[in-house]
Amino acid sequence: MQTLRRFTFVLPTLALVFAFAVYPALQTIRLSLFLPTGEFAPLANYAEVLSDRRVLNLAGLSQGRFPMGSLVHTFIWIVIHLPITALLGLVLAVLLQNVRGGGFIKSIIFMGMVIPGAVGGLVVRFLFERDLGIVNQLVVLLGGSARTWTAYPDTALLSLIFGSVWLWTGFSLVLYSSGLGTIPRDYFDAAKVDGANELQIFGRITVPLLRPITVVVVVMSIIWALKLFDYVYAATMGGPGRATQVLALEIWHLAFVRGNFNQAAVVAVLLGVISLTVSIPMLRRRR
Amino acid sequence: MSPRGKRLLGTLLVHLIAWTIALLWIIPFFGLAMTSVRPFSELIDGWWRLDPFNLTLANFSSAWNHPDAPLSVGMRNSMLVAVPATIIPMFVGALGAYGFARFSLPLKNLLFVTTVVVLTIPAQMVIIPLFAMFRDLGLLDSLTALVIVNTVWALPWITLFLRNFISTIPIELEEAARIDGASDFTVFARIVLPVALPALGSVAVLQFMWAWNDFFWALVFTFSSDRMVAVRQLPLLRGVYFVDWGLLAAASIMVLAVPVALFALLQRYYIRGMVGWTPR
Repeated sequence: MQTLRRFTFVLPTLALVFAFAVYPALQTIRLSLFLPTGEFAPLANYAEVLSDRRVLNLAGLSQGRFPMGSLVHTFIWIVIHLPITALLGLVLAVLLQNVRGGGFIKSIIFMGMVIPGAVGGLVVRFLFERDLGIVNQLVVLLGGSARTWTAYPDTALLSLIFGSVWLWTGFSLVLYSSGLGTIPRDYFDAAKVDGANELQIFGRITVPLLRPITVVVVVMSIIWALKLFDYVYAATMGGPGRATQVLALEIWHLAFVRGNFNQAAVVAVLLGVISLTVSIPMLRRRR
Repeated sequence: MSPRGKRLLGTLLVHLIAWTIALLWIIPFFGLAMTSVRPFSELIDGWWRLDPFNLTLANFSSAWNHPDAPLSVGMRNSMLVAVPATIIPMFVGALGAYGFARFSLPLKNLLFVTTVVVLTIPAQMVIIPLFAMFRDLGLLDSLTALVIVNTVWALPWITLFLRNFISTIPIELEEAARIDGASDFTVFARIVLPVALPALGSVAVLQFMWAWNDFFWALVFTFSSDRMVAVRQLPLLRGVYFVDWGLLAAASIMVLAVPVALFALLQRYYIRGMVGWTPR
């Protein structure tokens, strides 16, 4: 009786999560096993999606030409975005420790995390405009020629990735900053007494002690990159010529523009499986 | 050079680097602001050219009263979604978190893990069945649909975050109240909630911002111009023949002003929530 009464505490949460998240997720898996004709053919469906040039464009990939397929674009995004933001955030966190007004600078850098992703996308597009964007002022100064960088397939994806570095370095910066605060001062003082230089302290003390934070930064950055939607939608809508199409955008496009729910479900399941696999180390830690 | 001079030089250098980076980082926002307050004719060669320089609020008023996507309607709708989508999951999640933290329930671990795993599922994983479900429920193109999805998608992290917080509260106070005859709910409402206020503050700030900033749910579930939230309207303001950056910049600034103001005012809660764990 008491157990039953106490169950009512968790019941609303469970009911909502199961009805509007777990159940539809299972339905998506079911949907992915059928062809649009209604025929049960899981292998054929997955094979068709994975061999689709939208998802994986082997010809483009082997020639190093965009579009390479949304799966590859998302992968490239992670490979470039993750190391740069993680390292930059860490270095800035250490650097800003001893800077007057460091808190204020952190807030400025963190602003990209606070604004809507759609606004971020518009601002990045604006940055890379041929005449109106300030990036081209720098490019011309360095001897290059101006162009709208997001409008050409060969530079669009990279432009968006660098824009996302500007927006989301604040995340690792704030996490590493709070982590630095938990390292006892004595560690650094002892190392200095022993004659270690700044670089040795950074590599031998700071980085290893911040490892748990690095796990969170890495996992969260990957999950974000996998879910990335609003930023790309507002900046390029996946264009030009699908050169910035990413997985989350692909699902929306397949389902709600092309009306192919079954293929969209296949990509959605892929995305879900990758996200879940990536999160396992963090979920373990958190429990 | 003396060691002292060397140290001074080092400090100077670090400050120079740090403030240069800060300046670089803020330039895009500065450009956005400059673009929003000047007539389009002055921007054709770049907002950094200051001659001529005329201030105008025309961009703000035309975004506010835009014929297709008036931001006056969008901002109101955003409030109508974000406020309930903050308050409801906060209380539902707090109840759940208390249950998971303090009671022994059948299948508790399995149920809790399932709830937390939802954190990692992307919204795209459920969008197709949810679309069909909302269609059958007659909830398509309604703000109610947005309140529901934003609430449900908030519950996993709020439950996890508050459960972890409640687990750190000493249990003695609750036990004492129980001996005095207080019911489970009284203990929760009178003892646990007041202690958890700082954590609830973090939840409120972060969740409000996420609900306000959401674009994906709004894109799929709403299509009439009077049902659109502000973020959803932004891409519609682009213009047909050319991109009206002045209008877009003014609209962007109005939309981002709400979460930025919240961040500026409640930074402490915000950062604590972010660091104390908020996977999303």
